[in-house]
Amino acid sequence: MTDYVVPLLLLVSSVLALRKKEPVYDLLLQGGAEGLKLLVTLIPTLVILLVAVTMLRSSGAMELIGQFTAPVFRLFGIPEETALLVLIRPISGSAALAVGTELMASHGVDSLVGRTAAVMLGSTETTFYTISVYFGAAGIRKTRYTLIAALLADLTGFFMASLTVRLLYP
Amino acid sequence: MLMSYIWTGLVAVSLLAALWTGQGGALASAVAQGAREGITLVISLAGSICLWTGAGRLMEHAGVTGLLARMLKPVLGRLFPSSRTDRHLAGSLSANVCANLLGLGNAATPMGIQAAQRLALQSKNGVATDELCRLIVLNTASIQLIPANVAAVRTALGCASPFDILPAVWITSVCSAGLGVTAAWLLGRCWRK
Repeated sequence: MTDYVVPLLLLVSSVLALRKKEPVYDLLLQGGAEGLKLLVTLIPTLVILLVAVTMLRSSGAMELIGQFTAPVFRLFGIPEETALLVLIRPISGSAALAVGTELMASHGVDSLVGRTAAVMLGSTETTFYTISVYFGAAGIRKTRYTLIAALLADLTGFFMASLTVRLLYP
Repeated sequence: MLMSYIWTGLVAVSLLAALWTGQGGALASAVAQGAREGITLVISLAGSICLWTGAGRLMEHAGVTGLLARMLKPVLGRLFPSSRTDRHLAGSLSANVCANLLGLGNAATPMGIQAAQRLALQSKNGVATDELCRLIVLNTASIQLIPANVAAVRTALGCASPFDILPAVWITSVCSAGLGVTAAWLLGRCWRK
């Protein structure tokens, strides 16, 4: 079923754009060029953060963090290998991408840990960054319960990512 | 500044852990290996990123965002009662949510900030209103129909069907966003203004 989602989305948006007499092909090229420009600005970030994450992995620090936090993670049914990803995801998006990529590479993209990491990355956001950008721009100083509710949502995301991967991809 | 602390912290933790586990040799080779892997990752991501930002631009112009906006109107009206009377707010709100759904992060943030500033007009002495809190919680709980970046990473790592995580991502997103907004709504009723 999911095999058809992407091709269908591409077809539907192309047909809809053609009906509005939009230059479909040029739009794809313009957007693509913009995406590549964005990727170039991301290169130093990804290189530097992958150095840090590879160091963490090879020094054995990742396993130590995993062992240290395992009791809490097991309680929620979250794979303990994803500990660092869960800790860093709300703080930094690019660091989380580096950690997640490393997890998928070392455990296998289709493994339980690799899939859980992918779903976690795909369904959560950089909470602290988002909160500070939005409240900063809106000139709000008293944020009340926002952080609590946002972190509860993140926790639910990590928990549900582990649960859905366990149930849907046995 | 935050990233400087994160970087320094990661390096310090690695060094201490290597001393503890005696993995000094592996740590030294990890530095060069990590840098090489960073570049390899960027190159293997380039194709998917190029395609998906192109597709994103196409969806925007094809009116897919407008279509989604119409479908979401009843839900958004209930979550943000002010948007029923304020057309400006309703516009930027639905643009923000739709861009998030389509994974157009670059378009989502400016629209979301516009909506936040509009909502902030109702607040007094820099205290966030309930609707503003809900908007931000909704934005921190990512709701994406097509998580293109993650799928790109999976493709880069040699996955045969990178989009087979879609159902799991959808269920997870709906649950986390739903719980976040519900928690915000409940907390809003008892939290002092």
